[in-house]
Amino acid sequence: MEENQKEKDIFTLGGHEFTSRFILGSGKYSLDLIKAAVEYAGAQIITLALRRATLGSIDNILDYIPEGVTLLPNTSGARNAEEAVRIARLAREVGCGDFIKIEVVHDSKYLLPDNYETIKATEVLAKEGFVVMPYMYPDLNAARDLANAGAAAIMPLGAPIGTNKGLRTRDFIQILVDEIDLPVIVDAGIGRPSQACEAMEMGCAAVMANTAIATAGDIPAMAGAFKKAIEAGRTAYLSGLGRVQEGATASSPLTGFLAD
Amino acid sequence: MRVNDEQISLDGTMPVVELLQMKGYPLTRIAVEVNGQIVPKAKYETYELHDEDTVEIVCFVGGG
Amino acid sequence: MTDNIINAKYITRETNHMEYQPGMEVPPGDIMEQVLAARAGYDETKYTAKDVERALAADGLTTEDFGALLSPAAAPYLEQMAARAREETRKHFGNSVMMFTPCYIANYCENYCIYCGFNCHNKIRRAKLTMEEVEKEFSAIAKTGLKEILILTGESRNMSPVDYIGEACKIARKYFTVIGIEIYPLNSDEYHYLHECGVDYVTVFQETYNPDKYETLHLGGHKRIFPYRLNAQERALMGGMRGVGFAALLGLDDFRRDAFATGTHAYLLQKKYPHAEIAFSCPRLRPIINNDKINPKDVHETQLLQIICAYRLFMPFASITISTREREGFRNGVIGIAATKISAGVSTGIGEHIEEGESKGDPQFIISDGRSVDEVRDAILAQGLQPVFSDYIYAG
Repeated sequence: MEENQKEKDIFTLGGHEFTSRFILGSGKYSLDLIKAAVEYAGAQIITLALRRATLGSIDNILDYIPEGVTLLPNTSGARNAEEAVRIARLAREVGCGDFIKIEVVHDSKYLLPDNYETIKATEVLAKEGFVVMPYMYPDLNAARDLANAGAAAIMPLGAPIGTNKGLRTRDFIQILVDEIDLPVIVDAGIGRPSQACEAMEMGCAAVMANTAIATAGDIPAMAGAFKKAIEAGRTAYLSGLGRVQEGATASSPLTGFLAD
Repeated sequence: MRVNDEQISLDGTMPVVELLQMKGYPLTRIAVEVNGQIVPKAKYETYELHDEDTVEIVCFVGGG
Repeated sequence: MTDNIINAKYITRETNHMEYQPGMEVPPGDIMEQVLAARAGYDETKYTAKDVERALAADGLTTEDFGALLSPAAAPYLEQMAARAREETRKHFGNSVMMFTPCYIANYCENYCIYCGFNCHNKIRRAKLTMEEVEKEFSAIAKTGLKEILILTGESRNMSPVDYIGEACKIARKYFTVIGIEIYPLNSDEYHYLHECGVDYVTVFQETYNPDKYETLHLGGHKRIFPYRLNAQERALMGGMRGVGFAALLGLDDFRRDAFATGTHAYLLQKKYPHAEIAFSCPRLRPIINNDKINPKDVHETQLLQIICAYRLFMPFASITISTREREGFRNGVIGIAATKISAGVSTGIGEHIEEGESKGDPQFIISDGRSVDEVRDAILAQGLQPVFSDYIYAG
């Protein structure tokens, strides 16, 4: 691939342009490490959650996020569409843009997203002008509904959240990549850089990771490792993967019946 | 009234801004909801709280 | 229901073939524009052996891979294509081969298509069956055990109107579980009506996807209007049909481009209407035997098989029909590789299924494989495949 072509590999989300395809989570690690993690990751988008403000003047996470990074608040804690909509509106009111990652979970054991409620929330929020990025279980019909509801991207899970198990839903995510005309961002389950790379090789538009980095020995270093893996996977995808030869050619021809 | 699940007694009314200052909340980078309705920042000075109100004050934290 | 479509006689060689005429429904979107752009952009010379090899190794084919498999670069790979096609066919259809028969109930036609035996300037015997005769025909076909029928008419809104076809379909429902039609293109409300009469599948041959060539071949009648014909499948799906069939008459124009356009058309519609069942037919103009000039655009059996395999690999789930225009040996070979549907006991005349019956109208074309239902069934079994007469229960 030519150098100038590589520079043109822009990732567009809801009219905003990015060059990084790594969405970094900010949960479960110290605020002090966020800046370094963002820098090592080369991340241009970082996810946040919304919670009740604690009394008194405590550290605000926004002070730790480098300028120019797009904030992607999530609706974690929402158990249905209505709560997700409420959280999204509050997040916008805090005043950091129109991006929203919809998470609707009412299963405390596996924390699997509820696609049906997610579609309902997407419909409402897209109409209100949000850049809606729904976290979902990788189901083709739900993905089509999300696309029709106005989602800007879809975020299927690779494995149950926090498990670091990798692309357990690989074949289903591939179907979404092949069939849905929206960026597909793998969210949840990605535990290693190699898994992030694989997602990118498959044609996913971006990868989101949090636990894998938050639980690493050296958080900024792991963020950097993910950055390289995501870039490598993207380049491999754009280059067109080489072929895998399977099986041998049959000895007796199938086409022997042709008359010309 | 209830503020982030804490009971606070209120005589008469009080604008949102006064509650925030009294409890030590910053005035930016938060969102305020009263009885399920968002109070825009521009109305913090004028929106009067009553004793029967339920107030939620939220901000961003780390999350995935 | 639509009753205001312009009379066919007003569409002549002076009529702009790219312009919808009064009463013709325009579906939303730009599928035709996309298909035509893809066809225009198809360059058979740009593909190399490497592209073909990559396409053969791919899990799901892109339209570019499909283009590579249709190109001359794929010719040396025909055996590998056949092996891959067989693998995909078995994966999606197991060993089953669907059997059906076409039944012409009328051959009046208002189109002037210069290559067709039914065209309105040909002095052939014209006829349409009465409902009594339709019932006799269907009953005779049903006695062979077939459960799927394809009802055909010539293209005459005046002589074989939609309600005439609808009545025939209601009769067909008594004898068959799967009913398809191959008639003139309709508006979606008309398709909806026929769906309620029992029809689930609609096939329309585009003949060629080259608008300029199309104009020179279709000199009059509704068929002259290229976009109305091209978008028939979309209107059929809007009308509630389960599935739609596509075909270019290969050899009318550049067959590689036309096959590429056919596949692209099906691909785009399936993407827009994910529930739609997709079917391909693969009719061809036979090269003239003993022709001194060897024309690289002729479609011999080798090219036809290449196209069929490319369709299979591009859309592994699609039904592919092999018609009696092809000879027995070819048909037997291709059901072992890629075709999933085969006709049997075929007659292309009007009213010829009744025993000792006399044909009322002349046939559209001469068939090359006159085997009976039993003979075709035995040939399928002899290959270790499973003949299937119906694969679903009519649910309305």
